Amino acid sequence: MSGEKKSWFTRLKEGLSKSTQRITQGITGLFVKKKLDQKTLDELEEVLIQADLGVAVAGRLVENLRKTRFDKEVTDEEVRGAFADDIAQILAPVAQHLAISPEHKPHVVLVVGVNGSGKTTTIGKMARQFVEEGRKVMIAAGDTFRAAAVEQLKIWGERAGVPVIAKESGADAAGLAFEALQQARAQGADVLLIDTAGRLQNKTGLMEELAKIVRVMRKLDPTAPHSCLLVLDATVGQNAHSQVEVFREMVAIDGLVVTKLDGSAKGGVLVALAERFKVPVVAIGVGEGIDDLRPFDARQFARSLMGLETAA
Amino acid sequence: MFDGLSKRLGDVLGRLRGRGALSEADVDAALREVRLALLEADVALPVVKEFIDGVRPKAVGTEVIRSVTPGQMVVKIVHDHLVEMLGGEASELDLSAVPPVVVLMVGLQGSGKTTTTAKIAYRLTLGPQGMAAGAFGGSFKERKKVLMASLDVTRPAAQQQLKILGEQAGVATLPIVPFEQPLGITRRALEEGRRGGYDVIMLDTAGRLAIDEQLMAEVAAVRDAAKPTETLLVADAMTGQDAVNTARAFNEKVGVTGIVLTRVDGDARGGAALSMRTVTGRPIKLIGVGEKIDALEQFHPDRIATRILGMGDIVSLVERAAETIEKEEAERLAAKVRKGQFDLEDLLQQLRQLRKMGGLQGLMGMLPGAMQAKAAMQKANLDEKLIKRQEAIILSMTRKERRNPDIIHASRKKRIAAGAGAQVQEINKLLKQHAEMVKMMKRVNKLGEKGLARSLGNMMPPGFPR
Ligand SMILES: Nc1nc2c(ncn2[C@@H]2O[C@H](COP(=O)(O)OP(=O)(O)OP(=O)(O)O)[C@@H](O)[C@H]2O)c(=O)[nH]1
Ligand SMILES: Nc1nc2c(ncn2[C@@H]2O[C@H](COP(=O)(O)OP(=O)(O)OP(=O)(O)O)[C@@H](O)[C@H]2O)c(=O)[nH]1
Ligand SMILES: [Mg+2]
Ligand SMILES: [Mg+2]
Repeated sequence: MSGEKKSWFTRLKEGLSKSTQRITQGITGLFVKKKLDQKTLDELEEVLIQADLGVAVAGRLVENLRKTRFDKEVTDEEVRGAFADDIAQILAPVAQHLAISPEHKPHVVLVVGVNGSGKTTTIGKMARQFVEEGRKVMIAAGDTFRAAAVEQLKIWGERAGVPVIAKESGADAAGLAFEALQQARAQGADVLLIDTAGRLQNKTGLMEELAKIVRVMRKLDPTAPHSCLLVLDATVGQNAHSQVEVFREMVAIDGLVVTKLDGSAKGGVLVALAERFKVPVVAIGVGEGIDDLRPFDARQFARSLMGLETAA
Repeated sequence: MFDGLSKRLGDVLGRLRGRGALSEADVDAALREVRLALLEADVALPVVKEFIDGVRPKAVGTEVIRSVTPGQMVVKIVHDHLVEMLGGEASELDLSAVPPVVVLMVGLQGSGKTTTTAKIAYRLTLGPQGMAAGAFGGSFKERKKVLMASLDVTRPAAQQQLKILGEQAGVATLPIVPFEQPLGITRRALEEGRRGGYDVIMLDTAGRLAIDEQLMAEVAAVRDAAKPTETLLVADAMTGQDAVNTARAFNEKVGVTGIVLTRVDGDARGGAALSMRTVTGRPIKLIGVGEKIDALEQFHPDRIATRILGMGDIVSLVERAAETIEKEEAERLAAKVRKGQFDLEDLLQQLRQLRKMGGLQGLMGMLPGAMQAKAAMQKANLDEKLIKRQEAIILSMTRKERRNPDIIHASRKKRIAAGAGAQVQEINKLLKQHAEMVKMMKRVNKLGEKGLARSLGNMMPPGFPR
């Protein structure tokens, strides 16, 4: 267990450290124990902006630093540490686990998001984790639109050792969700993961379809879905705000998953999202393999984002 | 957020209303807001800086045209610069090599490569029957025989996905051979492409991270084997600051010939387009505007510019205002030409116009029978530096001198030359050119409309900036 933990942590760090190399270099270049002046602060702000934190959040973090350390002699380590602390503080309240409640049989997890963000892959990874926790898991292939979406999910189901309930391409997604819930109940499943087609949040028709999936499922279980996860791609910029805003309105998002954090994108917009929406971040994706799903750790994320070693 | 820039610019520049040219301080204040707007639109910071540095000199000293506010004027200047940086004109696929022409699709995971592969193939297969095929430029005008192959051995059911899309679109796909590796698939695709007499081979690849050395090397090996005519980087319009890193890495390691921006049907501002275009210098060739097979369009820099700034209405308002004023100005000049009262003040106006529009179109358009002349003028190569020099000379004259060039004698010439940092000969040359222009205009008036076109075509005397 601890061996595995270390390996995922190393991977996360590898991914994040590459993504933060530039931030680190930026800041290290800025400080060799010198006075924290306005110019330096401006440069720091730019470093944060380049991590997708957004102008407002970057400005506020820098302002915070200005208040406490302006004109003092500081080292790069101190500055990075201070930023990481501030960021971790913002993120700490949203770092949560996806709690599966045993009262629901099954606990229904609806997975939504824009196209290509990593929904299907994340479902495969989650299925595996739940199986490892000893739960009985089923998956519903709610993406009846995209070419080979069902085939893709079936392969993930095989990998995780979990049955996938699917219909022919073009079938009604809400109808499929309904039937899947029926079957999952009949078979006494603990968790039902429902994949959905990717949709851009400005397409009202497609967003309406999500609401319909929820409505139809509630005919069977008025409390379903018990979790609704929005999957975000770490490369996304400020449009993430609009994604969270609109999806949340449509289907009451209660968790975020951020994928592709093994790349060079920093996912810094998460900091702004945490401040603004306070939606929990329940997992992060750090690769294309089935084991590349990690819990979201605020301090680690913040320190890695600032290119700092995380205390083991 | 969206209409933020115009309001903010209004606040910053409101007090300037009706005061003429934009000062350096005004421009700086305005550009601070522009910087914010660009960052909100996800333009990468280094690119924002480059943009601001490029637009500042264009804005400082610009006359605010009548009936628009200084804020609106800045928006227009910023917009035009943005269009320029985005590539100005729409550019198209290059499929001119000896067939089968290879198109290689690369990009991050989930960016839309497979979908775009099928969209392009479908469009090429349709040929002239395709709705608005002409709007895609020449490469889409002929019906092509296309073969698609998926080299994606990573993502589950990736090859299946392309196969299904091929069936839906009526485009051939290379038969799937289980466990075959990307290079092997590539070779088979090339062979099949030649054997089957295909015009175009589209190679779809697995999504990969730009920092994944191994996978980047793999796609570089595919490139070496396939020698693609086009290597298209497929990127999501929602991409944030990382767009520069991704675009740079793919361009350095694989060599990109063009960019396809996907999910432009979303509500992202699309600043990534500017970031990627700027760091790679490669044009954005196509945009994806939906999930369906026909949701592919040509890239229009002006539309994306408007979207990044989020204020197309202001841009067109300023354009209309500018048009009216140019028209009025041209009418005024035309009247002066007719009366033979064309003084140095008018020449100055004309030089400025020339520089702005790259020709005498504004004036020409107003004169009868000017079309042929216009064509002749367009052929002429304008020397921007020379025009600026002549402007400087006129600007160091007094108003009185510009109205009555006859009073400019030796001592005045010396003073003007010193003021413009020029030689007295240059002053003489300019005065002579002006005199000849006036003479020609008078003759043109006598010749009437028919002669006008002919004379205007070679109206500019030798030595005059062309
Ligand atoms: N590197 C990396 N790639 C990922 C990660 N998560 C998903 N991917 C890849 O991203 C691509 C898209 O993933 P999918 O799971 O198909 O995305 P989706 O949201 O289901 O896509 P649609 O159903 O088409 O909207 C695939 O190539 C995945 O392998 C991650 O954490 N890291
Ligand atoms: N709305 C919209 N969706 C698009 C567009 N282009 C692609 N998509 C969708 O984006 C998702 C991912 O597209 P793919 O073509 O599978 O992406 P890919 O780059 O091949 O993904 P990998 O092979 O996993 O790296 C799918 O759901 C597509 O339907 C577009 O222009 N607009
Ligand atoms: Mg999917
Ligand atoms: Mg693909």
